Amino acid sequence: MMDWPVIASGVLVISGAFLTIVGAYGTLRLPDIYTRLHAASITDTLATFLILAGLAVPSLVAGEWLIAVKLLFVLIFLWFTSPIASYSIGHAAFFAAQKPKLDHDLTDGEGGTA
Amino acid sequence: MGRALGLLVFLAATWLLLSGIYDHSLLFWLGAASCLLCVLVSWRMDVVDHEGTPLELGWRIIAYWPWLFIEIVKANIDVIRRLLRANPDISPTLVRSQTMQRTDLGRVIYANSITLTPGTLSIDIDDGKGILVHALSREGAEGVLSDDMNRRCAGLESDRLHRRAQEDQTP
Repeated sequence: MMDWPVIASGVLVISGAFLTIVGAYGTLRLPDIYTRLHAASITDTLATFLILAGLAVPSLVAGEWLIAVKLLFVLIFLWFTSPIASYSIGHAAFFAAQKPKLDHDLTDGEGGTA
Repeated sequence: MGRALGLLVFLAATWLLLSGIYDHSLLFWLGAASCLLCVLVSWRMDVVDHEGTPLELGWRIIAYWPWLFIEIVKANIDVIRRLLRANPDISPTLVRSQTMQRTDLGRVIYANSITLTPGTLSIDIDDGKGILVHALSREGAEGVLSDDMNRRCAGLESDRLHRRAQEDQTP
């Protein structure tokens, strides 16, 4: 009953779910919008990949590779679009004079004026 | 013209992989018709250029993606380790990265790669001043300043892509 594809897919999906929770925790825990975007990008990238890989494993083992290809398309579209959304949020926040809380500014003060 | 043909082949392959139904002639012809219509509309919208259908990237982008994937995994592990401390181990840093790419397409790929890697986020792209990057930690910022990803993204641009970009700019 519990053969290896089920276990592998379960491990992948559960670790993806765990990373989603870590991303959500970071989004609540960190101080400002920019650092929160960093935490959210864990959910965008690796968590998504792990969950989709977990879904693809059983269909690959069953020889239904078309389903795995569709999941790959989902991953590609998500990884193409999510950085654009993050960029829009960060860009809009920065030019709405929402100054980031910084420990180091290596831009010679030019960063603030943009 | 060749580019439109490439787009058609790409759309047809996408349709075939997504549909998975190959023994139904009506669906097959409807799929072919929608691919043709898509190419026609893109042609009329004048987006079948080196940015809309970047065939010039070719094998270079295929070689770049696995490297980017490994970078994303490494950065994820780093950010997760920082977050799971009792006090998140962060030192937010702003840096500017001078772009080495010659085309807008290369700069967009670079900026998106920075954002896709957790721990670094591109905030603003400026032709003169480079990309403004917000990093979660000082180490991440220094990683951006080491220009490794910058060089690889510049390496994606063949001379042919550069020529096409100039041709498309001056019609």
